[in-house]
Amino acid sequence: MKLIWRLFPHPLLTLLLTLTWLLMVNRWSLNSLVFGFMLGVIIPFVTQPFWPNRPNLRRPLKIAEYILVVLLDIVQANIIVARIVLFKPNADRRPNWITIPLELKTPEAITALAGTITMTPGTLSADVSDEGHALLVHCLDAPNPDAVRDEIKQRYERRLMEIFE
Amino acid sequence: METILEFLVAAFLVTAGIFGIVGSYGLIKLNDQMSRLHAPTKATTLGVGGVLLASMLHAAAFEKYFSYHELMITLFLFLTAPITANFIAKVHIHRQETRDTMPEAGGDDHWATHDTPEDEERRSASQTPPAED
Amino acid sequence: MIEAAATFAFACFALAMLMNLWKVVTAPDVADRILALDTMFINAIALMVLYGMALGTEIFFEAAMIIAMLGFVSTVAYARFILRGNIIE
Repeated sequence: MKLIWRLFPHPLLTLLLTLTWLLMVNRWSLNSLVFGFMLGVIIPFVTQPFWPNRPNLRRPLKIAEYILVVLLDIVQANIIVARIVLFKPNADRRPNWITIPLELKTPEAITALAGTITMTPGTLSADVSDEGHALLVHCLDAPNPDAVRDEIKQRYERRLMEIFE
Repeated sequence: METILEFLVAAFLVTAGIFGIVGSYGLIKLNDQMSRLHAPTKATTLGVGGVLLASMLHAAAFEKYFSYHELMITLFLFLTAPITANFIAKVHIHRQETRDTMPEAGGDDHWATHDTPEDEERRSASQTPPAED
Repeated sequence: MIEAAATFAFACFALAMLMNLWKVVTAPDVADRILALDTMFINAIALMVLYGMALGTEIFFEAAMIIAMLGFVSTVAYARFILRGNIIE
């Protein structure tokens, strides 16, 4: 068992690299699967010193649900932003900074949350506080900043808490 | 069947074009710098995404082969768009804002872009060094 | 129908690129210029994929992929240079 962990230090990275190779080749064949798998074994093994710790991902079903929710929100975000850009005069728009206190601790989880916020309706993550306890978010049009903050905490941070911690 | 597929590809292309142009129009129309960041990062992901989906569907339906490497570009753009947006926001904060014009940084003193070497020294002095393992 | 839609998309992305070029020239600040360049890269990817689709070849895929990667790296490099005065420390 220990030998297996030593040979495959990052099983998820191995899977990802194999899939990437298959997508690059763009034709399904056993040949490219084997070669992709070889790359997937060799690259994590050689670059091991750069990846000291392994992200602790649990509950694959929750991850799938999260990805689906975010994808739907991206489509919705595009429509909302397009409508603001096209039809709302600049004087009526209320751009605003909001601060989101973070309950997440691990850097991977905070990165995922920041990325999600940027891709979803009218919000864009700009910075993280000095010691990583708060996230700075810019809103394109937020008459009520508190509601936006609560929605982000409810909708995304709670789900990420379940996945990462 | 053929017509439905044709219609789908055409619909993807038209939505992609509209979102692409809205993103670039927003860049010109919006009046403050942070708001300008919103339009391109959002609209272009769906713009390019639509084109790529149309291309995949077109290959599968009319050229009789499955082409899925377009997914690579879509995934790549979805992963990198937040990062570039974040960097440009940091450039804006660095050049246009000071510690006093920014909102409160939660429980901490200031935002990471305004960190100076002195802050770092003070932080490492106040903390005990992490144990070696 | 697809030809008409493709022509429409071509026109949209070409116009979008012209707008970006306008913004690159007239931008008031460096951040805007970086943003306009980044958007230009993304529109170039879309045009590239559209062109490949119109011609029915796969050759343009690699070009689009490389433009996507170069666009990301150069945007980050610009931004980093302004933030730190240095790209690789």
